[in-house]
Amino acid sequence: MIRYAAERLGLGVLVVVGVVVLTFLIARVIPGDPAVTYAGPRASKAQLEQVRKQLGLERPVIVQLGNYLKGIATGDWDTSYRTKRPVLSDLRTALPASVELVTAGLILALLVGLPLGLISARFHGRLPDVLVRIASVIGVSMPVFWAALILQLVFAQKLGWLPAAGEYDPNLYYTSPLTSYIQMPTVDALITGNLAVLKSSISHLILPAAVVALYPAGLLARMVRASVLDTLGESHIRMTRSLGFGDRAIYGRWALRPAMNPVIQVTALVFAYSLANTFLVEAVFDWPGLGSYAANSLQALDTPAIVGVTLIVAIVYVVLNLLVDIAQAAIDPRIRLR
Amino acid sequence: MTAAAAPTSVPEVRTRGFARRNPTLVLGIVLLVLIVLVALAAPWLAPAPGDAGTATHPFNVLDGPSSAHPFGTDLVGRDLLTRVMYGARISLRLVVEVLLIAGLIGIPLGLIAGYFRGRVDQVIMRITDVFLAFPALLLSLAIAFVLTPSVQNMTIAIAVTWWPWYTRLVRGEAASIATRPYIESCRVLGVSHARILARHILPNSITPVLVQMSMDAGGILLTAASISFLGLGAQDPTPEWGLIVSQGAQYFATQWWFVTFAGLAILFTAIAFNLIGDGIREMLDPRRVVSR
Repeated sequence: MIRYAAERLGLGVLVVVGVVVLTFLIARVIPGDPAVTYAGPRASKAQLEQVRKQLGLERPVIVQLGNYLKGIATGDWDTSYRTKRPVLSDLRTALPASVELVTAGLILALLVGLPLGLISARFHGRLPDVLVRIASVIGVSMPVFWAALILQLVFAQKLGWLPAAGEYDPNLYYTSPLTSYIQMPTVDALITGNLAVLKSSISHLILPAAVVALYPAGLLARMVRASVLDTLGESHIRMTRSLGFGDRAIYGRWALRPAMNPVIQVTALVFAYSLANTFLVEAVFDWPGLGSYAANSLQALDTPAIVGVTLIVAIVYVVLNLLVDIAQAAIDPRIRLR
Repeated sequence: MTAAAAPTSVPEVRTRGFARRNPTLVLGIVLLVLIVLVALAAPWLAPAPGDAGTATHPFNVLDGPSSAHPFGTDLVGRDLLTRVMYGARISLRLVVEVLLIAGLIGIPLGLIAGYFRGRVDQVIMRITDVFLAFPALLLSLAIAFVLTPSVQNMTIAIAVTWWPWYTRLVRGEAASIATRPYIESCRVLGVSHARILARHILPNSITPVLVQMSMDAGGILLTAASISFLGLGAQDPTPEWGLIVSQGAQYFATQWWFVTFAGLAILFTAIAFNLIGDGIREMLDPRRVVSR
């Protein structure tokens, strides 16, 4: 087991190094002359020369890559042009908000997706199945940014049921100030017992989380359905049925259990996918996370910031993958042998 | 009368049987055929073909849906029905091009990795690992960011992100076929590696890739629309759906039509692709549960 984990870890480190190299290629090699991108289109010749020296562009590419790798490893992720702050510290404030949003979205997706998948399998080929399948196809086909706009218009602006944007009501900054430990308002409010902020932040979280949940919920419903239908054909289910167990026990215990392993894996993988999808959601809901940071950086042509966001999401993805692999190997010894 | 009708009724029954056995696939195909027809016939069907380009109509800015402009008009007075119809051409072409490029890069690399194994395999697979460590939207956004924003560069950015999936898939198939005795026999007979790859390994490992491609089409469409929405893909006056939604976003509360119809077009096209992908997979799945 330890050997398997070490092997996976080694592979993960290798992939992270590859990821850094790839972002280096994107930032420094594809644009042709990165100095022009860095200094902006109106820079003078002398300014360009200075930028070149500053970025070390006169040195060979290999040396540049070495310096870049060293910078990333030692926590020097360059400075954002837009915020004039180190990219890493910008990310440190932006990432928790996105993690909060995506976590809420995935919890919602699991709460909706699992039961729908089970219902679909239980009533296979009949009306509930057809309805769930239509809903799940719509879920995975929905353009996220469009869904965000529609939900915001309908539930916030027309019906006024939920707040349109932000993390929580700005009036609460003064009436019940929040001590922030981890930059996630719901969690911070919960820790500090700040009920006013907790209530407000949850109501602000619902709409964006629902948008984030659309794709994973559709995906999970389809997966659970397919996986449960597969298991139902197996002999141990026929056995339990002949022993007189009812539908509830069969679906809830014997058919769902084997479906859980892929569900856990997909949930972890879809986490990083959803982090990237927040690029489209956060800007609409003015959520101060990675997505808004990235969207603003895109507009400002802020290369270091974009590279930083790309890198952090890829690293989160690799780490999650690693954890899932190790957890699954710990649960199911057969995986270690593959 | 009955005698004449009899021969034609046989294939009819057969098609109906196919539709009943594969409702998802048939529904998806019908939807997609409609969209393709609209795309092809846009120059003749569209009320104002000039509005797909640079035309402006200062007196019709942001008009609501009417008989003259069923989908309303945009912020420079262009007919949105026309733009949404022309948008189908851009999106469909982009999806096909991305699949072609990704396939042309990914399939040969997968064949080589799976057939030759060893160091080549290691190198190719580690490279795919790196690419697959990025969510597709993120990597294509980053690449599109450093290129000049245009539909063509967006196509390249997405294709560069997508090929590793096909490499992985083909590699697995190729590796299992490469160990079969008949491949060994070919080698003994002196058949070249290139010929074995092209004539034996490729045809036997291509099916899963084609299925996967049909399932990916919807995702590619959505990725492209998202990139355009964020401003790194199509640029005005290109009538791209994601771009139209992005242009209309700030007017949404008061001019709902601007965003709504382009978004619906994306949704329906993605549904068509996803239904076809699901349908093909179901059709080919031998374990399909027929009854409980």
